[in-house]
Parts: sequence; structure tokens; C-alpha cells
Amino acid sequence: MNHKTHPLEAIVAWLLALLWLAPLAYAFWSALHPAAYATSFSLSAPWTLENFARAWHQAPFARYYLNTILLVCMVLAGQLVLCTLAAYSFARFEFKGSGIAFALVLLQLMIMPDVLIVENYRVVGAFDLLDTIPAVALPYMASAFGIFLLRQTFKSIPNELVDAARVEGAGPLQILWRVYIPLARHTYVAFALVSVSYHWNNFLWPLIVTNSVESRPLTVGLAVFGAPETGVDWSIITAATVMTMAPLLIAFLLFQRQFVQSFMRAGIR
Amino acid sequence: MPDQVGKFLAAPMPRSHTWLNSVNAWLLLLPAALLLVAFTHYPVIATIYHSFFIANRSGNAVFVGLDNYRAMLEDSIFWKVLFNNFWFAIGTVPTSIALALLMAVWVNRNIRGRALLRLAYFTPTVLPMIAVANIWLFFYTPDYGLLDQLRGIFGLPGWNWLGDPRTVMGCLIVMVIWKEAGFFMIFYLAALQQLSPDLEEAAAVEGAGRWYTFRRITFPLLMPTTLFVAINAVINSFKLVDHLVIMTKGGPSNASSLLLYYIYEVAFTFQDSAYAATLTVVLLIILSTLALMKFGYLDRRVHYQ
Repeated sequence: MNHKTHPLEAIVAWLLALLWLAPLAYAFWSALHPAAYATSFSLSAPWTLENFARAWHQAPFARYYLNTILLVCMVLAGQLVLCTLAAYSFARFEFKGSGIAFALVLLQLMIMPDVLIVENYRVVGAFDLLDTIPAVALPYMASAFGIFLLRQTFKSIPNELVDAARVEGAGPLQILWRVYIPLARHTYVAFALVSVSYHWNNFLWPLIVTNSVESRPLTVGLAVFGAPETGVDWSIITAATVMTMAPLLIAFLLFQRQFVQSFMRAGIR
Repeated sequence: MPDQVGKFLAAPMPRSHTWLNSVNAWLLLLPAALLLVAFTHYPVIATIYHSFFIANRSGNAVFVGLDNYRAMLEDSIFWKVLFNNFWFAIGTVPTSIALALLMAVWVNRNIRGRALLRLAYFTPTVLPMIAVANIWLFFYTPDYGLLDQLRGIFGLPGWNWLGDPRTVMGCLIVMVIWKEAGFFMIFYLAALQQLSPDLEEAAAVEGAGRWYTFRRITFPLLMPTTLFVAINAVINSFKLVDHLVIMTKGGPSNASSLLLYYIYEVAFTFQDSAYAATLTVVLLIILSTLALMKFGYLDRRVHYQ
């Protein structure tokens, strides 16, 4: 950072940034203008929200939104509870088989549910859950990644604090609740942001297990809506695309720093 | 609620009641373990098991030994998608890593408005792949699409970018680079911020040029990050197939299909779950190998620290 940046380098950096923003800018342009202006860029082009209104009425996007929100909350709630308990078990207790158990958990880091689509479809079918939101959520709830991340954080919590709580007569779950969880706040925020982004955007598994308006998340709804066979206007598809990504994009713009730091923390471990 | 359960599980000092400790530990682990077994361990074993069977006409599973594997080795589409996956990785990984490094170096400097730069580079990371595919689909649409409109300005005829086996993979690679480079950037950014500024200063005092300093000092110091990002990127290239569902469906004639997408097709379009299981075994072997490389490397880094 000590060097002065050459102006030419700054210009190239900015050109790349513009190039990187262009596809998104284009999506917004096309969504906010009448179909006639989808490819002709003119300053006099009239602005309109018509495309959004038509997309909203042509497909049950309200229901898709609800499904995605339910899905994301369900996954996150499940993950927070299950991963916290499991991570606490690994971080705090010395028990026989903990090494093997932890290795078996880590296996999920290499073989994520995303690639076990064939057998997981049968498992979900055996539980009679096909075409439901829990079917989309369940395979991701016991997240090895979450367990690993929380275990690391829990292990870094000083023993003195735990001993102090124990002296006051706190049991294991009280210690977890009063000492561990409050001190792992940053890890929870990082994990939650990554998890919500991932499941808001997830597509292949929901595509496989859902088959009705009542269970389909936004991404699958968008794919069904935008399929070329449907012959829907391009501008309307872009409007639907913008609707799908808008909530996450807005959250990202508002909490940019947290997002970047969370992805970094989560990725590096 | 936690208090009540806490009393129920009340565990005193760890050493005096080791068996109670173990019970507590396993109870805490149980809910996660059940789901992990149901959706990871059992499916892995079932995948391997089912790859040795086929369904006969009445729908019963018949043991066929390695027949599915033999059929796979003779399946030209299998080799095609494996080959495609290889090219997809070659096409996306080095370029997005190089771009990510470049972006990180810029964002780490005193360029005016670098927060905005970082925002621009990182934004594609938070978008759903399916939305990205929708946007880029339009760029590549023949005649009417943005790319062909640009060609039109120079008097060039329209081109069916995604419909031609020669251009389809390149088009998808460009899109994925755009989607992923900003994500890899943040790992380099983290690494760069941990490098001591003294090194660069010392190099500057010695009269070393910027490029020389980067090539001989910064880049070698970033090597662990590069390896880490590279392995992750290759793993990603085997998991990323969302875009194929709406852009090409693997076509034309499987020119853009990837292994996971082929598994999806075989299982859910052709309804051949035995063969899909066989293909999944190959994918599992590839992913485990990559993951072991990653863990092996991570272990080494821990030792050296």
C-alpha cells in the first residue's frame, strides 16, 4: 500500500469493475424499460415497472417468495441448533470415539449433499416427504461446515470462564447457553450469512425434490417461468430475475463489509 | 428451556464421571448424527451398493457385478462429460484465479474508491447461478442477443453461440469466471492484508521495481492461498451445473454437459438409477481425492506455522 498506484493501473482496475457490473446493470435496464428498449440503449427510453407487475401476475411469485423464506429459515434454524450441540460436544467433552465421530462428520465436507442427489431422493421419498419444503431443507441441516466452524470457535474460549460458570453451579447446557454461545457471536453471524446466501440461491436439489407451486423456491420458480418453451417476453423474464436476486442483493449492499468478512471467515476456517 | 434440560443433564467435574460425560456428549451429538447418517453416510454406501445392481423388467434389483462399470467405460457420453469437466476446470480455474489475484492487489492499494471496486468485483458472488444464467442467456441469444448486436455493428452475421459445439463451452466458461473471480479475490485480499508491509518497503528501498517485488516476494508468499483457492475452484467446477439446466441442457449433443449434470439426466430424465449410482461413484472418487489433497495440504501448513 506504500506504492503510489500508477494512474493507468487505476483506469484498468475501473474498467474491469465496469465490465463486472455491466451484466447486472443490463439486467436492471431491461427490467425497467419496455420490451422495445431491451437492446437499444437510449437516454430517452421511458422507465416502467410494468414488467415487474406482469411477471408478478403471470406466475405465483408471492408464493415462491414465501417458500424461499420458509426454506431459508428452516435450514438456518435447524443448522444453528444441531451444529451448536454437536460442536459443543466435540469442543468440550472427551469421550470414546470422538475422533472417529469427528472424521465421519468431516466426510460431509468432501461429499456434500449436492452430489448425492440420486440416493437422497430415495431417502426423502422413504420419509414420504417428496415435494415439501422440509425435503429441500433436511439434507443440509446437519452441516459439517457449521459444526467445524463452531467447534473451532468454542475451543478458543478460555477455560477460566467455563470454570467460573461451573463454580456457580451451571450445568453443561447452561454453560453452553451463557458462556459459549454469546462468545461465538461473530461465528454465528458469519455462518448465518453464508448459509442464507447459499440456500436462497440453491437450485439443483430443490429442482429435483419439488414439483408444485406450494413447495418450489424462487430459483426453481424462476427457471420454470423463464423456460424458453413458455414464450414469455424477455423483459418480463429479466424482471423476474431481478426479483429473485433483489432481496439478497439489497442485503449485500447494506451489509457489504459483514458479507465479505463472513465469506472470508467461512472460507478460510 | 435450556435450564431444565441442563439440570436433567447436569454434569459435574469431567474426570469423576467419565461415563456420564460420554453419555452427555453423545446425546448432544445425536440429532446431527442422525441427519448426517441419513443424508450423507447411508447415501454414500447405498450409491456404491446400487452400482452393482440393475432393475429387471419387473422392477426387482438383480446383482450384476461390475456390468454397470463395464457399460460406463463403453459409454461415449460418459467420456465426453468427463472430458468436458476437465476442459471446464482448465478454462475456469487458472483465469479466475489470475483475475482474483489482480483484483485483490488493486483493492488492497490506495486506488480512489476502492470500496466501490471491491463491491463491483464481489457482487456476482451473491447472485443465484440461475439468475446469472438467465442474464447471460440473453447475451448469447442468436441475432437478437447483445453479443450478436455488437457483432452487427461491425457488419458480422449472427452466431448461435450456445447452439454451436465449438463455442458453447467457451461461453459458459466466460460466464463462470465472471461469477467466481470476485469470490476468490477475498481470500487473496485476506492473505495480502496479513503480509508485512516491511517486505514491500524493504524491496522499494533496495530499488526493486513493482513487478519484480510482486513476482519475487508477494506472489511466492501467496502460494498457500493460491493452492487453497485452486483446489476449491476445481471442486466447484464439479459441483456447478445449475446454469446448464436453463442455458443448454448439456447440449448441443452433450458439448456442454458436465458429470453431475449427466448424473441428473440419467437419474431423473432416463430414470436409470443404477447407472446414475455408478456415475455418482466416479464423482465421489474424484471429490474425495481432491478433498484429501486439500486436507493433506492444510495439515502441512499447520505444521509449518
